Amino acid sequence: MNLHAMQRDFRRWLTSSEAAPARRLTGGDRRGLAVYQNNYRAQLVGCLEATYPHLRTFIGAAAFHHAAAVHIGRLPPRAWTLDAYGAGFGATLGAIWPANPDLQELAWIEWALASAFVARDAGPLDPARLAAVDWERARLDFAPSLHEALLTTNAADIWTALQDGGPAPAAAMLAAPAGVVVWRRGHVARLRVLDLLDHEALALARAERSFAAPCALLVARLGADAGVARAGALLADWIASELLTRVSATRRP
Amino acid sequence: MPAHPSPPVFAGFGLGLRREHYRDFLDTRVPVDFVEVISENFMVAGGQPLDILRRVRERHPVALHGVSMSLGSADGLRRDYLARLRALVDAVDPLYVSDHLSWSRIGRFNSHDLLPLPYTEDALDVVCANVHRAQEALGRAMLIENPSSYLAFADAPLTEWEFLASICERTGCGLLLDLNNVYVSAANHGFGPFAWIDGIPAQRVRQIHLAGHSQGGSLLIDTHDQPVSDGVWSLYAHALTRCGPVATMIERDDAIPPLAGLLAELDVARRLGAASAMREAA
Repeated sequence: MNLHAMQRDFRRWLTSSEAAPARRLTGGDRRGLAVYQNNYRAQLVGCLEATYPHLRTFIGAAAFHHAAAVHIGRLPPRAWTLDAYGAGFGATLGAIWPANPDLQELAWIEWALASAFVARDAGPLDPARLAAVDWERARLDFAPSLHEALLTTNAADIWTALQDGGPAPAAAMLAAPAGVVVWRRGHVARLRVLDLLDHEALALARAERSFAAPCALLVARLGADAGVARAGALLADWIASELLTRVSATRRP
Repeated sequence: MPAHPSPPVFAGFGLGLRREHYRDFLDTRVPVDFVEVISENFMVAGGQPLDILRRVRERHPVALHGVSMSLGSADGLRRDYLARLRALVDAVDPLYVSDHLSWSRIGRFNSHDLLPLPYTEDALDVVCANVHRAQEALGRAMLIENPSSYLAFADAPLTEWEFLASICERTGCGLLLDLNNVYVSAANHGFGPFAWIDGIPAQRVRQIHLAGHSQGGSLLIDTHDQPVSDGVWSLYAHALTRCGPVATMIERDDAIPPLAGLLAELDVARRLGAASAMREAA
């Protein structure tokens, strides 16, 4: 058997436990193959446990291991880095427990936090350099670590309670969707729940890379005075919390 | 003809840098001559891992030890992986860059385990081509580590030490000798670990890993979660007589003890190294 054929057989054994490739690889004694298969699965389960610690606590070890086994069966690893294996675990949870969107949303939070932790660095803005910016025309860049989404459940409360070492609240649907952002400030990945309108303004500013777009949105929703005031407060918060990391120097003439 | 100079000899004693000991390494003067890090943990875009590595590098020489190059893949190596590793090499200027004599990837599948190779001429050609390509991409000669093995291929004509010697000869790479892996593979496959050490080209050895293992059913398992066993210490004493003083470290990957425990194990290695040097000088 040439090397390529052997490696294809090994892949089949690891992912399916089929007898035929095992026979071709060893001639019958499967003790060694069993060690490799155990290592393969243990490594992937360990990766998921490390990526989703609060999800594991929330649903319990047995349910988590069941979900991990399903995930390993439906999505063999492909990336060069093991750290990437956690991607898509939320979809697996959704397939197993379609009536529990809290689990997918809790997984989204933990995956976003893990991704933000090693995202590209971007220094904070120097507020002193913003005095002359023409905000009507300025182009905005947000932190490379920023992830944002809408939540329909209290997954953020569940994560926060577990992060604080307390008991998690029971899962519940929110009365109305809420925005959530995850980003890294310094070396610490953070989670924050946002008012729906604030989330919409942030998502628009990020998509359009402009401050004018969220200003227009807020003025349309709140009226001129309140809209401009809210936009100013949001901009100040984005700068202070290091969500906003670059403003292209479009100075007033 | 090897295109890169042989990796330098560095006769020091070090530890694998693990998350549990980051604060020790950042806040205190840890008495080691070098540290080794898992390359992939730092092949990231940014954040705290790279900052910690930069600060540790200011204090210690750093060896980069990889687990995902997949030098035995019949499909060849991944270009994106090599590019990321090269960027890390350029940032760190490491003492050594190493990976394993194993494979992890076939097609789009990546097992993330160190899978065994049949020691055949076919596999030797593949591994040598991959080592050549890696060394070209990295701009330096690598070290290749012997893995633990739980499976032997009946029709493979070469021994592991013959296979490693041929790779060194054809590619100019050096060797990272994991003596726990020698011990585990010898027990699992019934060969003599001292003969294994006698069979490798000792002048190519640049680094030694010392670690522990566990008994799993009828096979020894390379868990790297135990103190170095007496059998592995005996192999180290023998390896010193063949290889002379080379970079030696304790490699603990799981059940990480307090730093003091690892430093005590490293002191045992220092004492064996000193005793070997005295015998050599006598």
